Amino acid sequence: MDLSLSTRTVGDRTIVEVGGEIDVYTAPKLREQLVELVNDGSYHLVVDMEGVDFLDSTGLGVLVGGLKRVRAHEGSLRLVCNQERILKIFRITGLTKVFPIHTSVDEAVAATD
Amino acid sequence: MPTVELLFSAQPEHVRTARLVAAAVARRAGVDEAALDEVRLAVGEACSRAVGLHRSNGVEEPVKVRLTEEEKKFSIEVADEVPSTGGGSAPDSGADDPADDEGEMGLAVISGLVDDFEVVDGEKGGIIRMSWPTVSV
Repeated sequence: MDLSLSTRTVGDRTIVEVGGEIDVYTAPKLREQLVELVNDGSYHLVVDMEGVDFLDSTGLGVLVGGLKRVRAHEGSLRLVCNQERILKIFRITGLTKVFPIHTSVDEAVAATD
Repeated sequence: MPTVELLFSAQPEHVRTARLVAAAVARRAGVDEAALDEVRLAVGEACSRAVGLHRSNGVEEPVKVRLTEEEKKFSIEVADEVPSTGGGSAPDSGADDPADDEGEMGLAVISGLVDDFEVVDGEKGGIIRMSWPTVSV
């Protein structure tokens, strides 16, 4: 399955809904999307990963890159994920300490810390 | 002799194929269903790293994946043809090269996932070896 991306805004947050597989082939598409959003002035991003079937270290690299970009503008990048197999990858790489991970988009949008 | 051997040109789009093949062969070999996600991810990481190495070094040869059903385990070897430069995979050697950083993160993911895992750097290239126990049917 390829990667699907869609965006919408809720208040000052931009939700990026990601579906399919994020790997070495598809990750550049996600990177472009995040770069474009930041260039267009969206600095508070919520990446909804509930539709993601596969994530590898290339995808993690893109998310970390996105986080660095929004932080340069005092923004935020929050993740929404409940899937154990995806969460496991964040845990073994220690990235659960880097990304705020939420159980729903509503929770991520409401978060302010 | 490997049960299945797969050679693919070093293009990112083929990594998914390698993941699917590895998971299918692992399932047949008797790898626990719960570990198949790990197999898929680990093979994907190893292949992505090999593809990155081939591309950044202008190597045209294919990446080689060997899937072997053994007596009580299922083993996977992913071989690249980029010769070791003597410390070429040291964490500080490619700090400015994002592809290299991703390769290192890939190795970190594999080592977090797979108990039986080793990286061998040779004159002809590197090999990532990993294995999973199988249950006899």
